[in-house]
Amino acid sequence: MSNTKEIVITPLFKNNPIALQVLGVCSALAVTTNMNNAVVMTLAVVAVAALSNMFISIIRNQIPSNIRIIVQMTIIASLVIVVDQVLKAVVYDVSKQLSVFVGLIITNCIILGRAEAFAMKNPPIPSFIDGVGNGLGYGVVLLFVAFFRELFGAGTLFGYEILPLVTNGGWYYSNGMMLLPPSAFFLIGIMIWLIRTKYPEQVEKPDFVIAPNTRQEAV
Amino acid sequence: MSSNKDSIGRTVIVALVLCVVCSVVVSAAAVMLRPMQQFNMDQDRKSNILRAAGIVDPSKTVDELFEQITTRIVDLQTGQFTEEFIPEAENFRRAAGDPSMSRALSRGEDIASIKRQPMLMPVYIVEADDGSIQKLILPVHGYGLWSTMFGFLALEGDLNTVAGLGFYEHAETPGLGGEIDNPSWRASWVGKQIFAEGQKDNPALRVIRGAVDTSERGAEHRIDGLAGATLTANGVTNMIQFWLGESGFAPLLANLRAADDISSVDVIEQDAVTEVDEV
Repeated sequence: MSNTKEIVITPLFKNNPIALQVLGVCSALAVTTNMNNAVVMTLAVVAVAALSNMFISIIRNQIPSNIRIIVQMTIIASLVIVVDQVLKAVVYDVSKQLSVFVGLIITNCIILGRAEAFAMKNPPIPSFIDGVGNGLGYGVVLLFVAFFRELFGAGTLFGYEILPLVTNGGWYYSNGMMLLPPSAFFLIGIMIWLIRTKYPEQVEKPDFVIAPNTRQEAV
Repeated sequence: MSSNKDSIGRTVIVALVLCVVCSVVVSAAAVMLRPMQQFNMDQDRKSNILRAAGIVDPSKTVDELFEQITTRIVDLQTGQFTEEFIPEAENFRRAAGDPSMSRALSRGEDIASIKRQPMLMPVYIVEADDGSIQKLILPVHGYGLWSTMFGFLALEGDLNTVAGLGFYEHAETPGLGGEIDNPSWRASWVGKQIFAEGQKDNPALRVIRGAVDTSERGAEHRIDGLAGATLTANGVTNMIQFWLGESGFAPLLANLRAADDISSVDVIEQDAVTEVDEV
């Protein structure tokens, strides 16, 4: 049982797909302007990651190894289409805002990465749990970024006014940059920094070490 | 076992079975969820129209509120309603891409930068009890800074006073051009006059830079600018100029002004309609 818990918890911070593996950053920039979108996107990714891992794991012994990537992609793509259709039917407003990014879950490296690295070698139930864990790990970053972007960019959280805006008669001057993609870069950067301060073993060795300057200054 | 698993026959079988299973799942989901999606899209369009017209009543559903609205199709060239409702024309965005239902705009004419204009457009009418127009809701679109902005402009029964404006799709910069969604800016449109006295085919309404000085002459034709979003604001002005000008709804407005009631704007025979029917 502790093993199950570990599979879910590790990807949240210790082995976070965005922060450590730096996968799936593209959609993390696009769908984090508010909390609603981030939550729906998280659920979508969790569903796709968990189910695709499970189905791939179920048939892992039948998949011919030379077409395994195509098989994985077909399963993932089918699940993404189903999720997209469900979102359009159930939460139309949110799906309109998420637009192409739900479809782009197909190309999210986290999902194919987990399918290839975990589901192909493990039984269905642990694979399912691994999908949930990695989906949530992606979601944690999304929610972290969306929290700051919505709060400081629009003065709201989940659409509820927290900081009344000057344009609506309040006192808070909104930070427009927070609503633009670059702010997500800064926030993800800060988050990676915090996580690596907590887990120093994640810090990578620099590719190049700058040699100390030995030349004498001209006088 | 492993050599068996990788044999050509096995590979083909696995691929085939997988494709069949996946396609069944995907089509089943699409077909079963289709009615719900259609319903959502419909509700979304209706609530956008209602919001632009300022018809808001939380105690009623969108469908109940929409009952008071009549949808008519207009031939833009003649400015007359088509005799029958043409469902294809309501989706004017698809119609704009269909050469048989739209026309290319010349460079000088295309001030709203929309490239192609449908020949038929839907309009939404709130009728008063005596059959006169209480509100006329016109779909409008034009290019802002980054994107085509799609919205509805609602006019009062005098066909000159703005009753409301709302955008339902755009990708302008959040916080700058995106402020076209700001409720207080949208409220500043209400009560403005589209046309100056004696110039019924040339819209005078425009978004200016800075705030409108209400004591100034012509203030009723000016809208406060959006700080830091001059190009989006110009796009909005161009959109109004285009859609309420000669290429847009001006012929319809002229006919409606001349007519006593809406029914006399109907026509019996119309080329554009027959063309559409053939397609």
